Amino acid sequence: MGYEGIGASVRRREDLRFLSGRGIYTDDINRPHQAYAVIVRSPHAHARIRGIDASAARSAPGVIAVFTGADMAAEKIGGLPCGWQVKNKDGTPMAEPPHPVLAVGKVRHVGDPVAVVVAETKPQARDAAERIVIDWEVLPAAATIQAALQPGAPSVHDDVPGNVCFDWHLGDKTAVDAAFARAHKVARLELSNNRLIPNAMEPRCAVGEYDPATGDYTLWTTSQNPHVIRLLMGAFVLNIPEHKLRVVAPDVGGGFGSKIHHYAEEAIVTWAAGKLKRPVKWTADRTESFMSDAHGRDHVTEAELALDDEGRFLALRVRTLANLGAYLSTFAPCVPTYLYATLLAGVYTTPAIYAEVKAVFTNTVPVDAYRGAGRPEATFLIERLVDIAALEMGMDRVEIRRRNFIPKDAFPYQTPVALQYDSGDYHRTLDEALKAAKWDTFEQRRAEAARRGKLRGIGISTYIEACGIAPSAVVGSLGARAGLYEVANIRVNPTGSITVFTGTHSHGQGHETTFAQLIADRFGVPMSQVEIVHGDTAKVPFGMGTYGSRSLAVGGSAIVRASDKIIAKAKRIAAHLLEASVEDIEFKNGMFRVAGTDRAKSFAEVSLAAYVPHNYPIEELEPGLEETAFYDPKNFTFPAGCHICEVEIDPETGEVEVVNFTAVDDVGRVINPMIVEGQVQGGVAQGIGQALFETCVYDEAGQLLSGSMMDYTMPRADDVPYIQVGTAVTLCTHNPLGVKGCGEVGAIGAPPAVIGAVVDALRDYGVRHIDMPATSHKIWRILDAGRQRLAAE
Amino acid sequence: MPKVSLTVNGKPVTVEVENRTLLVEMLREQLRLTGTHVGCDTSQCGACVVHVNGASVKSCTILAVQCEGTEVLTIEGLAAPDGTLHPMQEAFREYHALQCGFCTPGMVMSAIDLVQRNPQGLSDREIREGLEGNLCRCTGYHNIVRAIAAAQVVMHGKAKELPRAVE
Repeated sequence: MGYEGIGASVRRREDLRFLSGRGIYTDDINRPHQAYAVIVRSPHAHARIRGIDASAARSAPGVIAVFTGADMAAEKIGGLPCGWQVKNKDGTPMAEPPHPVLAVGKVRHVGDPVAVVVAETKPQARDAAERIVIDWEVLPAAATIQAALQPGAPSVHDDVPGNVCFDWHLGDKTAVDAAFARAHKVARLELSNNRLIPNAMEPRCAVGEYDPATGDYTLWTTSQNPHVIRLLMGAFVLNIPEHKLRVVAPDVGGGFGSKIHHYAEEAIVTWAAGKLKRPVKWTADRTESFMSDAHGRDHVTEAELALDDEGRFLALRVRTLANLGAYLSTFAPCVPTYLYATLLAGVYTTPAIYAEVKAVFTNTVPVDAYRGAGRPEATFLIERLVDIAALEMGMDRVEIRRRNFIPKDAFPYQTPVALQYDSGDYHRTLDEALKAAKWDTFEQRRAEAARRGKLRGIGISTYIEACGIAPSAVVGSLGARAGLYEVANIRVNPTGSITVFTGTHSHGQGHETTFAQLIADRFGVPMSQVEIVHGDTAKVPFGMGTYGSRSLAVGGSAIVRASDKIIAKAKRIAAHLLEASVEDIEFKNGMFRVAGTDRAKSFAEVSLAAYVPHNYPIEELEPGLEETAFYDPKNFTFPAGCHICEVEIDPETGEVEVVNFTAVDDVGRVINPMIVEGQVQGGVAQGIGQALFETCVYDEAGQLLSGSMMDYTMPRADDVPYIQVGTAVTLCTHNPLGVKGCGEVGAIGAPPAVIGAVVDALRDYGVRHIDMPATSHKIWRILDAGRQRLAAE
Repeated sequence: MPKVSLTVNGKPVTVEVENRTLLVEMLREQLRLTGTHVGCDTSQCGACVVHVNGASVKSCTILAVQCEGTEVLTIEGLAAPDGTLHPMQEAFREYHALQCGFCTPGMVMSAIDLVQRNPQGLSDREIREGLEGNLCRCTGYHNIVRAIAAAQVVMHGKAKELPRAVE
């Protein structure tokens, strides 16, 4: 056994089951007498339901029941709740129209669930669903932000005229206006942040079960946060008390934010299981995933950066329109506001910032958190604008960044947009990335590529993000309807092995390995003596789950705090056993020792004494060795770094090849470098996907044109390069591990580096900016127009 | 309903299926071999890849009845009876070529077929092109390519032990 503690690239413990087909994903769970649900979904973006004739479906072979929105309404089933309330500029609350589980009266996007068929087999349910006849009155749709804001646009919700959910702002408008008035130059940019469809490889799935003998409900679901689902579904939708509802999120095949939210199907199968007294399973086809998983991004923005004559940033002004889709998904309102505009300082000393965000309902799938959630949108805007500013000032792209970086001795640094950064060294991540990417010799590579007939470009992004969400009181004051602490329960077993119950959830991040390393480090026991348990509300105390790269920063901190409590108690037991004063007991490498002597007790001996308390200070200490800690973070954490991308463009086809990608990130202390590298590489691939390939397309009628993996371009193995990853650590100053978070940095840092490289490659074609995705078609048109212009001259 | 007789992971089985039953449905729903996954409905993702008579096949794109008399190998049948992992499984673990694990069974089965079809050895570029039929959303493919490059060395008998990943 080699070193297993903090800093070791321990191979993952979860891999053996995944590599041998023994993972248990939700769709792998089959309950006795299970029935199958198929959801009938709207084929229209906007339509009134004049009637539903389910008689032919009800009499179809194998059908057990058909339910519609009217059936649920008759039982006073609540709508899906929203977990965050944003306020308008004038202090009034956002519009919060109902989100029925099954549509009532009208549908608002293609894929909106209308009815559910439950049958003995899935094929029977699917066949019967075809027999449901719905009398539609098709209505005009507002499929885009622009269409929804047109005067006279169709109202997605009849009681939200104009389709504006909220009109919000942040920052000091007066100071910004004053700075612009005295600016030497203003860099301006209009850009969009393309709408993405998360596409975790495992489609969503839910299995509901009801035990009539006890009244207990169980839901197995593809979730990143089972307790949140239990609270939302139990308290707000189905009115099931929490002690009668168990939610299990077993192995989950990727989330990327899309499995945070409480979805209609979870409530449908749980409710149907209770009605029918049978387990009910629903599994999404990928086509359903496309039209029912929450989408991500979808901003349209105008931004202006005021500069002085030396290229220093004086002020930033941003106006963003954000698409929320047809309904408010669970955390949708916080994404284009508190996870976006608060990051607009970036890594720069911009003294004044003002952002306005108008959030708009459209006849599209709800939009919510997707890997990065607001920070990729902020980063893309800032970094593209800084490139434009460099161009307008005639400055080098690296130099303008250096000149405006928050210096490393300025921490803690208060930004003008609410956040206080605790630590960072942006020059260092920049320097190391420049070196690793061989920035200085790029022009040689450009010339060499030109000899091969290729256009080569290089792009850079120096980003920051906020992780470790979040101090509960702070987010509460900003509209969160939840606390965002995390919990850990550590149960030391009598023979000294350790079971850790964590409120976070692992769906690819490798917590079963990383957290076990942490415990091995703290207790000096081998990892084989440690078990990490997560994802089951019947086992784990109330925790908030995994998103926003929070698991180690918040969940790991809770583990540390619970560990501290265990060690403190164990020291008292050891002191008793060793007949010494507790102040004299040292705990190191799994041994409790009387300082300066060879008198010692092992961790296992002390554990046994706790559970077999024959020789034990029973008057002053309870038996047992189990502790729980709830950790509420003091601040966000602020990972930052530098991403550099090199591309080559084939001028004949417009095809972009990413030839080099270098990421140097400060993610705080690293527990398992192998896992961190994997997280960054995966995130970068999604960032490259956003920059070059992926985009969600609706037509004017609100039909989803990119509705399958044949139409929506996910990056494949030959679309991405090897991704060179390095870390340059500054420690987080306010959590016990000094960790920051690594899950999203790739998706946040990469897109502007890729687009910067594409724009650089096309510098001779007069290109200032290209919106994502920079498809070969889009680039070929630029090249072709350039050639025609040249020919005409 | 028709019956289909075939060998799955070395064991002869006879299963009653509907005409429309896909191989993956038979494997997952009737034989309860849930290691083979379904990630899409358009033959794009490759999470469902198994071997039929030694060749990789997307089991969502073949009817169960077409597999009469065939030998099917799934991820569950890949390790030796004593639990020793196939070199490709071992390489995926060593090189951290999986995160959520959902694409992994199909990715491993595709990779084995890819390596077996190319005894001359594959460059990294050829491995990337050979994975055209498999999507992974977690890893960025970086470590998958490294794992396959390492596994092929062992599978072609050019090394007894898997090259270790550099720390």
